[in-house]
Amino acid sequence: MTGEQYAVVLLYSTSHAIRAEKVLGNAGIACKLIPVPRQLSSDCGVCVRAGQADRQRARHVLEDAGVEIEGIHDI
Amino acid sequence: MAYFDNAATTWPKPPAVVAAMVHFMEEVGASPGRAAHRRAIQAGRIVYDAREVVAELFNVPNPLRIVLGANVTEALNLALCGMLRPGDHVVTTSMEHNSMMRPLRELERQPERGSGGVGLTVVQCSPEGILDPGDVEAAIRPDTVLIALNHASNVVGTLLPVADVGRIAREHDLLLLVDAAQTGGAYPIDVQADRIDLLGFTGHKSLYGPMGTGGLVIGERVDVGRLRPLKRGGTGSNSEREEQPGFLPDMCESGTLNAVGLAGLAAGVRWVLDWGIESIRDHEVVLTQRLIDRLCEIDDVMVYGGLDAERQTATVSFNIAGMEPSEVGLRLDEEYGIMCRVGLHCAPAAHRTIGTFPEGTVRFGLGALNTLEEVDEAAKAVRQLAEEAR
Repeated sequence: MTGEQYAVVLLYSTSHAIRAEKVLGNAGIACKLIPVPRQLSSDCGVCVRAGQADRQRARHVLEDAGVEIEGIHDI
Repeated sequence: MAYFDNAATTWPKPPAVVAAMVHFMEEVGASPGRAAHRRAIQAGRIVYDAREVVAELFNVPNPLRIVLGANVTEALNLALCGMLRPGDHVVTTSMEHNSMMRPLRELERQPERGSGGVGLTVVQCSPEGILDPGDVEAAIRPDTVLIALNHASNVVGTLLPVADVGRIAREHDLLLLVDAAQTGGAYPIDVQADRIDLLGFTGHKSLYGPMGTGGLVIGERVDVGRLRPLKRGGTGSNSEREEQPGFLPDMCESGTLNAVGLAGLAAGVRWVLDWGIESIRDHEVVLTQRLIDRLCEIDDVMVYGGLDAERQTATVSFNIAGMEPSEVGLRLDEEYGIMCRVGLHCAPAAHRTIGTFPEGTVRFGLGALNTLEEVDEAAKAVRQLAEEAR
């Protein structure tokens, strides 16, 4: 997987991240909970990592489900 | 031998509840919502699972609008102390438990602020514990912001007409707070259909979870910006800031949650959903009506409430003429192995309403796991005590 391009969805808390993971999973978007990369935030929680190709779809799916997004970043 | 104190805490618990808690302690064990290692994430998922299954039970659209905490007392304190301001007026009922009444009385006094308290109107219920929704509507004033009431009495089990009150609350643009301590898991609750804006629930009664679990459902009509948390502290989110976060559920969940308890709560609610609320309700109605009928047959036994199992939960209060409730309770326990609760049940207002203050009653709190045989055995014991009291 080294070298693959990811989009990282930052959420407001672990509860939100777990909800986001479920919503994305239900929509068929492969994703994983990972620690928030240090360069993106000083926070102590987790975020959701998906493939960069799914970036826009992930945003729409989460917005449609009412999951508030703090930000989406490519890594 | 019969455990009839289910209105306080249900027992026994389904094996799946115990198994979920043991699994958490042995295999998970970490803090939910804090670190990002596998055990922390697993703990986070277990807590989220509890939110999700509670959301399914009460038809809550967004599981993140469920604040988890210690019990319904904490939930009601959060709703009342968090939402009400001096000058606001609240309508409540004369059948409330002290978990509702004491925070309201405290807010009414507001001794430390000196700026006038919260206005409070206590609507009188009938001696059977029945509430006329028209009386609630008549108590509404221009400064009323909230109607707060229990879904069913913890003393006599009488169900209050929550859906009717919900309609009235919407018509007058008020919030509705419901104390579901006695009904969550035992009677159908749909926060959307019943128009409930704030629903307090507890895990250790008819949701068949452990003590130390519960929460508050916060509906979309509630202005979260107005809600003041009961406590502030670490949430695992917004850690760069020294101020409390302003979003749900974190803003009201400072400090490490009781994740092992919530693992048990999730298993308990799932057990309730698997059995089915309607099936549990049908079983409890049969038990309750049998108990009421058997007790009513006994001379010198006074049974309180509406005496109709369809209109109440599985909680039945009674007294034996010529014998103090405390003595009845002691003798039922020591001579017959029947465990119940006597006295005022933390609900002096309800006992005043049904006419049993200050001596109280003997309360049989039946649960989903009780049987008709136990009910018959207990009724026989009460008959023997009543004959001795003559």
